[in-house]
Amino acid sequence: MELIQYALDNLELLTSRTIEHIALVGVAVGIATLTGVPIGIAITKNERLAKAVLYVASIIVTVPSIALFGIMIPVLSLIGQGIGYLPAVIAVLLYSQLPIIRNTYTAIHNVDPALREAARGIGMSQNQRLRMVEIPLAVPVIMAGVRTAVVLNIGVMAIAAYIGAGGLGTFISRGISQSDPRQLIVGAVAVSLLAIIVDYSLLAIQKRLTPKGMERAAETA
Amino acid sequence: MIRLDNLTKVFDTPKGAVTAADHITMEVPSGEICILLGPSGCGKTTTLKMVNRIIRPTSGKVFINGEDTTDLDTQELRRNIGYVIQQIGLFPNMTIEENITVVPKLLGWDKAKYKERARELMRMIALEPDAFLKRYPSELSGGQQQRIGVARALAADPPVMLMDEPFGAIDPINRAVIQDEFLKMQQELNKTIMFVSHDIDEAIKMGDRVAVFREGRLVQYSTPDDLLAAPENAFVESFLGEDRALKRLNLVKVREVVTDEIGTVRPGDTLEQALARIDDFGYQNAILMVNDKRQPVGLITRALARTTKGYCRDHFQNVPATVTLDDDLRKVASLMFAQDTTWLPCVDEEGRVCGQITQRAMTHHLGSRFRPTQEDDAQIPDAATKE
Repeated sequence: MELIQYALDNLELLTSRTIEHIALVGVAVGIATLTGVPIGIAITKNERLAKAVLYVASIIVTVPSIALFGIMIPVLSLIGQGIGYLPAVIAVLLYSQLPIIRNTYTAIHNVDPALREAARGIGMSQNQRLRMVEIPLAVPVIMAGVRTAVVLNIGVMAIAAYIGAGGLGTFISRGISQSDPRQLIVGAVAVSLLAIIVDYSLLAIQKRLTPKGMERAAETA
Repeated sequence: MIRLDNLTKVFDTPKGAVTAADHITMEVPSGEICILLGPSGCGKTTTLKMVNRIIRPTSGKVFINGEDTTDLDTQELRRNIGYVIQQIGLFPNMTIEENITVVPKLLGWDKAKYKERARELMRMIALEPDAFLKRYPSELSGGQQQRIGVARALAADPPVMLMDEPFGAIDPINRAVIQDEFLKMQQELNKTIMFVSHDIDEAIKMGDRVAVFREGRLVQYSTPDDLLAAPENAFVESFLGEDRALKRLNLVKVREVVTDEIGTVRPGDTLEQALARIDDFGYQNAILMVNDKRQPVGLITRALARTTKGYCRDHFQNVPATVTLDDDLRKVASLMFAQDTTWLPCVDEEGRVCGQITQRAMTHHLGSRFRPTQEDDAQIPDAATKE
C-alpha cells in the first residue's frame, strides 16, 4: 500500500522520468537501427568481414555497463560531456549493435537461395533484389533484433542514472543511497513494466511490418 | 533460336579444376523444346544456367536468335529470357499478381498493360484471375504455384525460356497434367525452350529434341525417336533403360500404324455370314459388328458363329475397347494387354470405325527402326545377290 501511495504521490515525477527513459533508449536504439541494419546487410557480401564485425559487436556486449560508463568519462570529458546524456546514449548505441547487426545479417543470409536465384534469373539488380525481396523477407527477424536491443537497454539505461543521465534509474539509485526501499522498488518495477510494455508494442509493430504472404506462411508452418 | 558455341565451364574446387561443361556446341531451333538430359553432375544444369549467366561461362559463346549475348547487359539479357526453376521461387511477400508482373515492371511497362497481361496469363494457365491474383503463394498448392512460376516466366513474352527441372517437385499425377497443359500452351506460344530433366520419360514426352549429357560432355543430340531407336553408345543405351523399345510406344500415334482394312458385319447379318467373313479376312477369333453409322456395337466370336444359328444382333459380345487415331501406342498396348486381345478397332472423331490396329503391325513398326544396320547390309551388293 505504502508503495502505491508513494507512486501516486510522485506520479508526475514518475511520468517525466519514464518519458526521459523512453526518449534516451529510443534515440539510442533508433540511431543503432539506422547504423546496424546497413552494416548487417553490407556484411552478407563478405563472410570474413561478417565474422569480424559480429565478433567485435559480441565483445562490446560483454563489457559491463558500469565499466563502459567509466571508460567514457575521461574520453568524453575532452568535449565536456563526461557524464549525462551523451555517454548514456553512446553506451546503449553500442550495446544495440550486436542484436541488430546479427539479426539483420542472419535474416538476409538465410533468405532461401531459390528465391535469390529466381530474383537473379528474372533480371533484378542487386539493389532491386534487396529492396523487393530480401529486406521485406528479413523485416520480421530484423525487428526481433530491434526488440531485443530495446528490452536489453531499458535495463542498461537504468544504470545510466549513476552518470546523471536521468530516467527511471534515478529512483533506484536514490533508493539505494537514501536507504529508501519505496523509491528502489517503485523504480525497479517501473523499469520492468516499461520493458514488458515496450516489447509487446514493438511486437505489434513487427507483425504489422511482416509482409502479408509470410504471415500466412508462418501460421501454416 | 538458341545456339551454344563451345560453351565451357571450369569450376575451381579445393580438389582442383573440375570441368562441368566441356565445349558444348548445339543449336535449339526456334519454337522447339530441347531437353537437356542426364544423370546428376553431368553438366546439364550448368549448361542451362550459362545461357542466362546465373553461371558465368569460362569460355564459349551463347547466341540467341543469332545475336551474340556475350556483350549484352546481364540484367537486360535475363529479363528477355523466361526462367523457371524446380523450387519455383515465388516471392512469398508478393501477391500472385505482383509475382507475375515483376518482369514487366522491371521492363517499365505501364500499369494498365501489365495488369491486363497478368489476367491474360492466368487464363492461359487455367487459374481464375479474380480468385487468385490477390492471393499469396503460400495459399496455393504446389502445382498451382508452379503454374504461376511458368506464368511469371512468360510475363514479358520472352522468345526464349530456360526451365530447370520445372516439374520435378510436383507429384506424379499433377506433373502429368501440368506437362500436358504446358505442351498445349507451347503449341500456341512457340517459344524456344531449354529444359533440364533427369527423367527419360519426361524428356521423350516434352522434347522435340533431346541432348544427353555425361560428365560435362554432350554425347547425343537427336529427336526422342532417334534417341530411342539408335542410341549412340552404351552409356546412352543404359541411361535410356532396357525397355527403350517400350518407351517408343509413347512417341508413335495410332494413325501411323493403323490399317484401313477391317472386316465388319451388320446386326442384320446371319451368324453364318459372319463366320464366312471371319474366314475371308483370316481373323482368328472374332469380327466387329457395326451399326448404320459404322459405329462399333459388338463382337461376333468365331466359336459362337460356328456353333449357333441366328442373327448377329442376338449373339454379340461387348466391344472390349476402341482407340482413336491420336492415341499413342502405349495406350493401345495397355488396352490389348488388359483385354487379352491382339487387335483393337480404331474410330474417328465421330466414333465411326476407320480401321484396326494389330499387335503385329505395332511390333513391325517399332522393330523397323531397330534394324538400321541390317538394312544397311542389304545395300551391300554381296548381300543383295543372296536375296
